[in-house]
Amino acid sequence: MFRYLFMLAQETTFRSRSLDKMKSILDNCGFSYLWSFQNTSPNIKSIIKQRLEDQFTQSWSGKCNFIDDLSITIKIKVVVIRAPINSPGSKVKMSALRVLVGCKRVIDYAVKIRVKPDKTGVVTDGVKHSMNPFDEIAIEEAVRLKEKKIASEVIAVSCGPKQCQETLRTALAMGADRAIHVNIDPKDYENLQPIHVSKFLAKIAQDEKADIVIVGKQAIDDDCNQTGQMTAALLDWPQATFASKVEKNNGDLTVIREIDGGLETIKVKLPAVLTADLRLNEPRYATLPNIMKAKKKPMASKTPADLGVDVTSRLEIVSVEDPPVREAGQKVESVEDLVTKLKDAGLV
Amino acid sequence: MKASYALRRLLSNNYSLQCQTKRTFYRSFLRQTVPLTSVRYPNLKRGGYSALTDKDLSVFEKLIPGRVLTGSSELDGYNTDWLKTCRGSSQVVLRPKTTEEVSAILKYCNERKLAVVPQGGNTGLVGGSVPVFDEIVVSTQLMNQIISLDEISGTLVCEAGCILGNLSDHVAESNLIMPLDLGAKGSCHIGGNLATNAGGLRLLRYGSLHGSVLGLEAVLASGEVVDCLSTLRKDNTGYDVKQLFIGSEGTLGLITKASILCPQKPNAVNVAFLGCDSFERVLDIFKESKMKLGEILSAFEFLDADAIAVARDNLKLSIPIDDSFPFYVLIESSGSDGTHDEEKMNGFLEDMMNRGYVIDGTVASEPAKIQYIWSVRERIAEGLMHDGYCYKYDVSIPLSHYYGLVEAVRERTQGNTTRVIGYGHVGDSNLHLNATSPEYSQTTMDLLEPFLYDWVAKHRGSISAEHGLGFKKRDFIYHSKSESAVRTMNQMKQVLDPNGILNPYKLLPTVVR
Repeated sequence: MFRYLFMLAQETTFRSRSLDKMKSILDNCGFSYLWSFQNTSPNIKSIIKQRLEDQFTQSWSGKCNFIDDLSITIKIKVVVIRAPINSPGSKVKMSALRVLVGCKRVIDYAVKIRVKPDKTGVVTDGVKHSMNPFDEIAIEEAVRLKEKKIASEVIAVSCGPKQCQETLRTALAMGADRAIHVNIDPKDYENLQPIHVSKFLAKIAQDEKADIVIVGKQAIDDDCNQTGQMTAALLDWPQATFASKVEKNNGDLTVIREIDGGLETIKVKLPAVLTADLRLNEPRYATLPNIMKAKKKPMASKTPADLGVDVTSRLEIVSVEDPPVREAGQKVESVEDLVTKLKDAGLV
Repeated sequence: MKASYALRRLLSNNYSLQCQTKRTFYRSFLRQTVPLTSVRYPNLKRGGYSALTDKDLSVFEKLIPGRVLTGSSELDGYNTDWLKTCRGSSQVVLRPKTTEEVSAILKYCNERKLAVVPQGGNTGLVGGSVPVFDEIVVSTQLMNQIISLDEISGTLVCEAGCILGNLSDHVAESNLIMPLDLGAKGSCHIGGNLATNAGGLRLLRYGSLHGSVLGLEAVLASGEVVDCLSTLRKDNTGYDVKQLFIGSEGTLGLITKASILCPQKPNAVNVAFLGCDSFERVLDIFKESKMKLGEILSAFEFLDADAIAVARDNLKLSIPIDDSFPFYVLIESSGSDGTHDEEKMNGFLEDMMNRGYVIDGTVASEPAKIQYIWSVRERIAEGLMHDGYCYKYDVSIPLSHYYGLVEAVRERTQGNTTRVIGYGHVGDSNLHLNATSPEYSQTTMDLLEPFLYDWVAKHRGSISAEHGLGFKKRDFIYHSKSESAVRTMNQMKQVLDPNGILNPYKLLPTVVR
């Protein structure tokens, strides 16, 4: 294949700019070492083929000018046709999207929240935590993309103290392939905000060459609803928030979004950031065999410094307080009774 | 915030929603379909009790002003049992607030020979909490004060009308739990639980109420208040009178207060939900779990495929694992150290998988997931109501014959029932066998009874493990109790309630041999 590309490069009709792009794509795919390596195994060739195909549709379609675009499409197709001939063993046509999913560790929603006596936050010590339910939906969607052969790898990321590794194990047991734990000092974690998490996610998305980032639309503890949007902004990728249905059509994603008063269908180009809404899917329970397998799946650990993110807080929490206690209602016997009560209360 | 709130409503408040649907569902059926008990059982004779007069009503109104209910629409709920299988025709419901008021009411009723039904949350399953004819309903609804909670000893003292779920929430704030837990916790009253010696899901771990109730206060038919409201664990001074009232189903006295020993709330709870391919495997898993999980094992429940179908089809619950196994097991562990427990649980499950006892399963340690998995088991009773009429049996059978009964009943009633399901507390040898049909059918009933009771007696089981005898099962008492035992019960009844005004036609058989 590379010989073929090289041959193409010699041809005058093939613009050198296109060859550079071809090369940069291979670099982007993490196969730069192959550029100078001639005797590749059939397997690697098929992987490259998939990567090329995907990367092409994802990142080139928007960037190349029309003529370039066209000619490259033709050339790539030649490559695509050639590759299986060279390697008859790889018949399965598999796409190779890599999905990055953010999963936050939050206080379990069945636990009663208690505010700390000094009003600086809520009590978290000795309180049961679990994965943010919306992030569970995000993981489930990523795993389903993989089961549909749309995605090739699902990477789960969690930013927080050491206990986040339990959350990541849950994600792995649900079907994620590997996990990255961004280890945050418990002291810094108290003030960690969506802007920091977005920066982590954006950096990891770039490092890992992710094609899709999925996060829950919000976490049930701080209800910020910011991480997905800011990650998209930092990456300069399109975003599809509050997704209730995701489908892949050719190189694009068709996403149905939940908006006030109805649904909105949009199309986004890849790479993209999605945020999962409640109705996107119903997350599965991890089965015993998968829970056991998850123990052996790789989990990398990184620090904010590794990712070059400054976790200094931009906000100061002034006070955290319980919501006002709801007063008991009253029953009235008749309409007259109701009117009298309303009058007494000065409401009518 | 709004969205998150919606999610919480949708997921975590599942329980309260569930209760609401339960209630609306139940109301919609009340008036049209439930025939009067006196009509369904034409051979039953009303006892020689006085009939209610206007004068009686004015006396009650004086005793408890504003808390005498008489409107027939208001009385519907008090007259009909939760299973909508029994309906009385009581004309009045009394709602006392204090022990003194209960005492005054019973004293008057005893003098006038007016029959009385004590009623709690009316969640009983054997028709014990509703009137059979026109007995006066005395509801504990307004006796709902929590009197004290000693955090050190874990002793809770409360009034009889406290709802079990509310007590659970209250003691949870002090890191304690109630020693009993059952599906009806959202509406059942603790007084009713005691009167029926309710079992439930935690019995395996914390034992029966005979052990965890430290004391109680009850009012006898004569109006005399029996004060045994001790808070001591050890008190061997004479007969343990309080035990008489536990499980008496309101026939000996009306329980007004109780002191209950609450165990420490476990720090770590794990729930495993497993699928296996035969009932023998369920027993294998039970045996192994006692050995491998030991002191942290707190519940061992089983459900068969037809029970799972009720949760899936009638309640639209999604089953955590593949829904095609013939048997499912729910194991709960409770302990003090999460890491230790999880390690134990995982080791046990891994072993069960490797040995092929468990085909598939899931395990959860997050409260929300634990709640959901439990709801699949707990809401079966509710789900069965969607089928129409439910023939409900609650038996104890030695484990060697345990599931044989379900198979025998299934074979016998084939074609006459919508389904026959088996589930229950394997850990306590307690089987809940339920058959359903679109409406009550005498043919089906004749197929079930006395066949089922004979089968249980033959295998030396009990015809009522935790539901009691109430109205529906009282004449089968001899299947599980000797004549001498029943005679002694009858003598006790004569001493404590000579006029027989307390919950007549319940517990004791029509004819005492």
